[in-house]
Amino acid sequence: MWGVYMLNKEKIKELEAFATKIRIETIKALGNLGFGHVGGSFSIADTLAVLYGEVMNIDPSNPRWEDRDWLICSKGHSGPAVYSALALKGYFPVEDLMTINKPGTRYPSHCDRNLTTGVDMTTGSLGQGSSLAVGVALGHKLDKKDNYTYLILGDGEIQEGQVWEAVSYAAHAQLDNLIAFVDYNKKQLDGFLVDINKPFSISGKFESFGWHAQDVDGHDIEAIYDAIQIAKKAKGKPSVIVLDTVKGKGWNYCETAPSNHHITISKEQMEDALLELNKKLEEVMG
Amino acid sequence: MTVIPAKVRIKEEKEMRKAYCEALMELAAENENIVVLDADLMSSMGMVPFSKAFPERTFNVGVQEANMIGVAAGLSATGKIPYAHTFGPFASRRCFDQVFLSCGYAKANVRITGSDPGVTAAFNGGTHMPFEDIGLMRNIPDITILEPVDTTMLKYLVKEIAKPYGLFYIRLLRKNAIKIYEEGSTFEIGKAVKLVDGDDVTIIATGIMVDEALKASEELKKLKISARVLNMFTIKPVDVEAIVKAAEETGAIVTCENHNIINGLGSAVAEVVVENHPVPMERVGVRDVFGEVGPESYLRERFNLTSSEIVKRVMLVLERKDRKVMECTD
Repeated sequence: MWGVYMLNKEKIKELEAFATKIRIETIKALGNLGFGHVGGSFSIADTLAVLYGEVMNIDPSNPRWEDRDWLICSKGHSGPAVYSALALKGYFPVEDLMTINKPGTRYPSHCDRNLTTGVDMTTGSLGQGSSLAVGVALGHKLDKKDNYTYLILGDGEIQEGQVWEAVSYAAHAQLDNLIAFVDYNKKQLDGFLVDINKPFSISGKFESFGWHAQDVDGHDIEAIYDAIQIAKKAKGKPSVIVLDTVKGKGWNYCETAPSNHHITISKEQMEDALLELNKKLEEVMG
Repeated sequence: MTVIPAKVRIKEEKEMRKAYCEALMELAAENENIVVLDADLMSSMGMVPFSKAFPERTFNVGVQEANMIGVAAGLSATGKIPYAHTFGPFASRRCFDQVFLSCGYAKANVRITGSDPGVTAAFNGGTHMPFEDIGLMRNIPDITILEPVDTTMLKYLVKEIAKPYGLFYIRLLRKNAIKIYEEGSTFEIGKAVKLVDGDDVTIIATGIMVDEALKASEELKKLKISARVLNMFTIKPVDVEAIVKAAEETGAIVTCENHNIINGLGSAVAEVVVENHPVPMERVGVRDVFGEVGPESYLRERFNLTSSEIVKRVMLVLERKDRKVMECTD
């Protein structure tokens, strides 16, 4: 089914490289700090690469451009991955990432629209980005503008009741300019979702709320891209793309660590991650 | 600020909610960015005329206060000026994190109206009776908290706050108020209105307690006590200048509010007094208890929100002031 939208091979390669670079810059910044939300930043890197690298209508030299597409990372703790994507796109120098969480930084753990150039919304208290995204999408509808709003939710995050309030109203308001992603990496802070609060069928839940829903491999660039194109064709209803992902994807140590939501990172571990990611980058670049 | 105190203080014919709706309709006609949100209390708030006149700018999200606040913040990010309403307890404690983060912390441009303050929730009872909304909202940096006292002030303030950027909380009586100001009065946010001048004591009141404070000052006059009455309709930022002046010139202060005495107007005034010019103070208000059901007249007595309680507290504060004066001269 995937590949029908003909993302060419070169573009796929470029986006795979972009995703790897997002992971590299993220681990460099968090490794320099010694700790951080690596797991959820790595699981969403491929989707961020597709969005910022190909799909979104943006202008890094004009971050508040009225006609831009919006990205609301409601799982605000994945901020470091978002900042890496923005830096690589040229919103601000990549070196700035080294100030993450340092006193007076413009790059806090959780996304802050008043601090970071290119961040569209302030998030961090889980669930709240969903309503903010609905508001933004409604505002654009009201102005008869065709901006898209992309919303990234965590799989643990959708345990928050507010998400389902927003999901319910988004369908009622027929917000087909809103495309949500659920980073279904199966793990939340305290462990596996199935052990803490089972998600059952995430796409099924969205569907029953009146959304267009798709399940895709969240590390397959082509599949993510195609799913977004399909989502855009679903008129009169918002769309969700449930991303089947691995928490910590791209760094074996993190993927297999029992608890990988927020981890400490030693110098050696950072070197280990960089070795693995740089190897991947070389493979991609051929 | 040009204030014309009401010649006769009687119950207004027009309900506050009607004035609220009229003000928003006038605003919306002038400014296409004005949008209105509610969480299934649009009819209770008398906003049906607005929704008929501006259907595309009306968002009734259903029974979901947290979502409503977030949607309002999102709309404001696209340049809209949202006015979101629900009952006071649901506009504050029910969705405090959303108000705090999505609006306050994120620096959104949102107006939140919490109706039925304190005992005016009457037959909806203790569950719906906010004695804590000012207290909660006061903890949000940069928020402006307003409690309009009658339709004249309400219409003026609802329109006035459309202009500046920021987060506003309007504590709104929904039914009929006692007329305090004549039409044509204008106000300044952050500036208290001096309704009566006086030298012996200052009574600082907000909301339904303004009329009680004026009644108390009339009673006190008969006892040869000259009471200054301030309507502190902006609870945050509170009018520091007027409070310090009151402390310096009258040497005693009594605050009156339809709210818990903890963290409401009384606390706000006390903070200014102790830091600037300490004088004896008494607070009239709900004394840290939950609300209950009943007619408003019963509840006013039950929670001592009356002019006689104000007179009693004035006598107490004057005793303390006299003692202080004697101690100083000893």
